Amino acid sequence: MSDVVTMDDLSNEEILSILDDSERLVPVAKGEVHLPLLEGKVLANMFYENSTRTRMSFETAMKRLGGSVLNFSSTGTSVAKGETLFDTMQMVDGYADIAVIRHPRQGAAQYSADAIGIPILNAGDGAGNHPTQTMLDLFTIREAHGTLEGLNVVLVGDLRYGRTVHSLSHALTRFGAKLTLVSPETLRMPDEIVTDLRSSGSEISETTELSDVIPEADVIYMTRIQKERFPDEDEYTKVAGIYMLNATDMDGSKDGMIVMHPLPRVGELHPSLDSTKNARYFQQAFNGVPTRMALLCRSLGVKIPKKVKK
Amino acid sequence: MSEMRRVTAICNGTVIDHIPAGHALQVIRMLRIDTNRSNPVSLVMNVPSDKMGRKDVLKIEDLELSQEELDRLALISPHASVAIIRNYGVAEKRVVELADELVNVASCTFSNCITQNPREPLPQKLRLVSREPLEVRCYYCGRGQDLNEIIENIL
Repeated sequence: MSDVVTMDDLSNEEILSILDDSERLVPVAKGEVHLPLLEGKVLANMFYENSTRTRMSFETAMKRLGGSVLNFSSTGTSVAKGETLFDTMQMVDGYADIAVIRHPRQGAAQYSADAIGIPILNAGDGAGNHPTQTMLDLFTIREAHGTLEGLNVVLVGDLRYGRTVHSLSHALTRFGAKLTLVSPETLRMPDEIVTDLRSSGSEISETTELSDVIPEADVIYMTRIQKERFPDEDEYTKVAGIYMLNATDMDGSKDGMIVMHPLPRVGELHPSLDSTKNARYFQQAFNGVPTRMALLCRSLGVKIPKKVKK
Repeated sequence: MSEMRRVTAICNGTVIDHIPAGHALQVIRMLRIDTNRSNPVSLVMNVPSDKMGRKDVLKIEDLELSQEELDRLALISPHASVAIIRNYGVAEKRVVELADELVNVASCTFSNCITQNPREPLPQKLRLVSREPLEVRCYYCGRGQDLNEIIENIL
């Protein structure tokens, strides 16, 4: 299947091969090389929820490869009139060659993949999965450390509702990473996921204290506490701003340790961190372009040349 | 066979034998025999069994279980023996097998699952993750549910 709904749709070999493809596509992503591999192809960007980086990087990825993009948002369209996801996707099946979907409801991407024939890439379904973010996260980690294996990755913040950490933690354990989960009690990683991660044989530890685990980390992956996922504002206020990193927190960290964040940030990362050698979040956001290029090509069955000439 | 004489033989219908002891009422709920049906049902609970120690038996008159209904039964009672009775004799033996995917058996319990919109037309699907202990998850959103939740949300 050419859909990517969860990381389970990709084997470890496929993940590594997509990361290799992404690496070769970096000059194309930067606009330094013209490589119209997807000329004549149309991508439908189906965003039922807000997005900045995911939507724009998919659009850039498609356009840099010579394809075109239909942008959809649920406001001002037939969705506002009560159209089902099934019906909307039937239309997309006729208009585009591939669709990217972000939806507030969990399972929406798998549902869309079952509803239509064109390939579906999941760009976030509720608090479920966000596998294309995971691919760019893995790319960023491999770029910094040269490997995915055996790293100590600290995931921080909203581990309950944060879909990026759900997909990423699954993928990392497949490559033998050690995970340290840092969150307030109320935002712990769901038990189902922790059970799955442990059953894969990985070393998983949970704590509420971030400062204790910084010295041992190879990667610190910060996340925003997502106000929009809280049923009530009081619960949000109790935990908002609980974890913050600034430049001085980097003292005593391992050489080569990187700080990542799927962005947007709302205070978890102080701007003083931006100029440190540890900060990788803006590079991480750029990495969305080459990895999404590679994913679009894979799903559309387009081979990426072994050498991309400048 | 002494336990079989606790209730009379039925002329036509279905006999479900080797239900784990104490689970016959769950089977009745799961097969929706307790609602929208007027078939006579005989229930025997906690009777001795060579195979299981104790077991439950159900005799449902004038109803032949379909494969789809058997799929439901397998969730509670994967080792049950089912016999279709016609004119007081065993006309057919049906195999109860727990399918890897349960289509339109029970709805997902998660309030934010895409299938919660009743107008969405694709079927409810549960995926079997493990047989023992029983673990079932929504095929779309991945939310797990236990047997009691399945019975509560039976379609």
